[in-house]
Amino acid sequence: MEYAAPTTVDEARTLLADNPGSRVFAGATDVVPQMRSGRPEPSVLIDLKRIDRLMSVTHDNGHWTIGAAMPTSELTSNGEFSGVFPGISEGAGWIGSDQIQNRSSLGGNLCNGSPAADSVPAMIASDARAVIAGTDGERTIPVADVVTGPGQLSLADGEFVVEFEIDDPPANTGDAYIRMTPRTEMDIAIVGAAVRVTMDGDTCTDARVVLGAVAPTAVRVPDAEAALIGSSLDEAALAEVAAAASAAANPINDKRGTIEYRVQVAGVLAKRAAVLAAERARA
Amino acid sequence: MSRTHITCTVNGEDTDFLANPGTSLLDALRDELGLTGAKEGCGTGDCGACSVLMDGKVTCACLVFAPEAQGRDLLTVEGLSSADGVDGDHLHPLQQTFLEGAALQCGVCTPGFLVAAKALLDHNPDPTESEIRYALAGNLCRCTGYDKIIRSVQEAAVQLRSAT
Repeated sequence: MEYAAPTTVDEARTLLADNPGSRVFAGATDVVPQMRSGRPEPSVLIDLKRIDRLMSVTHDNGHWTIGAAMPTSELTSNGEFSGVFPGISEGAGWIGSDQIQNRSSLGGNLCNGSPAADSVPAMIASDARAVIAGTDGERTIPVADVVTGPGQLSLADGEFVVEFEIDDPPANTGDAYIRMTPRTEMDIAIVGAAVRVTMDGDTCTDARVVLGAVAPTAVRVPDAEAALIGSSLDEAALAEVAAAASAAANPINDKRGTIEYRVQVAGVLAKRAAVLAAERARA
Repeated sequence: MSRTHITCTVNGEDTDFLANPGTSLLDALRDELGLTGAKEGCGTGDCGACSVLMDGKVTCACLVFAPEAQGRDLLTVEGLSSADGVDGDHLHPLQQTFLEGAALQCGVCTPGFLVAAKALLDHNPDPTESEIRYALAGNLCRCTGYDKIIRSVQEAAVQLRSAT
């Protein structure tokens, strides 16, 4: 196994194309455990952390650009970003301990393909886009279209995520991400719920509801969004949100959480995340 | 397989070593540089026994490939006694308070706790108990001596604040 640390996207693209079996990585918080559990070693480990574009966050022309390999600790400690997207910041901040936070990244969290990835639901709720580099240049797709199943990506061989783009939210918009873990800390979500709402006074005018860890990929819940839009997040609307979220949940059954429990909690968390997002939208 | 030549700063001193590309920084520190303070507990980033500071940020050395250290500034537990104004002949306040507070039993997790606690106090000199517990959540003590560890970090924080 070789190691390479390109300093430009073009260099990384060439390395990936020229070396069959090579693999890009950022913090290696998933790559190392996978290698140690017996997955085949890559031919070349391509370290993306020396590429400035993958390690920075910028805000201009009405949108944010977040480098795919930037440590989540840098994103969560960015007050301006966390002020605008508290839900994305919360999700990113749940990925492991401080030791992990200094290595984990939005790109890695997404491309590991875990249904329980904590930063993904809130990114989808804010219509985040992934900029993907490959042999033919770059293309941009919704984050929601990157993961197709557990550990499965829509990316072709030779492609990797360079950065994420997120448009400035409309006025009076707030987001939130809440998760349930069997332990209080340092655990993997058995349900995650991200909600983003735009409010006009007491009326919700736009909504996104996205669940994590209860299906093969993060899933949007259009019925829950429809229940929120036009409502004042009253009891009846929130009950509809909960019912729609529970109906959309198609979880696994394991020792960490039964199907029945995950389905019920999906409804509860969607409701709570909606209330929190609306509070933030009004603030 | 060719070994890579890596140049970095370890505990304040310019250092270089050779390592296979897939070697972890933890193995390089222990086997190439003889710095055996950082321990391998799990090898997968869960236990924190291999915690080191890389450019001031606490990280698990088992998750870092040795060549990533190129040009970086590393601090291991061996460097604590010459950090924060300690003269190199005395223990760091964290080490002293862990010793006096009996904040270790088998001791395997201790170097990781010390380094993670230093990372916390570097940016938060007066943490609450809750902040200490969150900051040390990535360090596991299988002897479960957590309370004495927390008390010792609190005491070290007091000493470090009064020293500056």
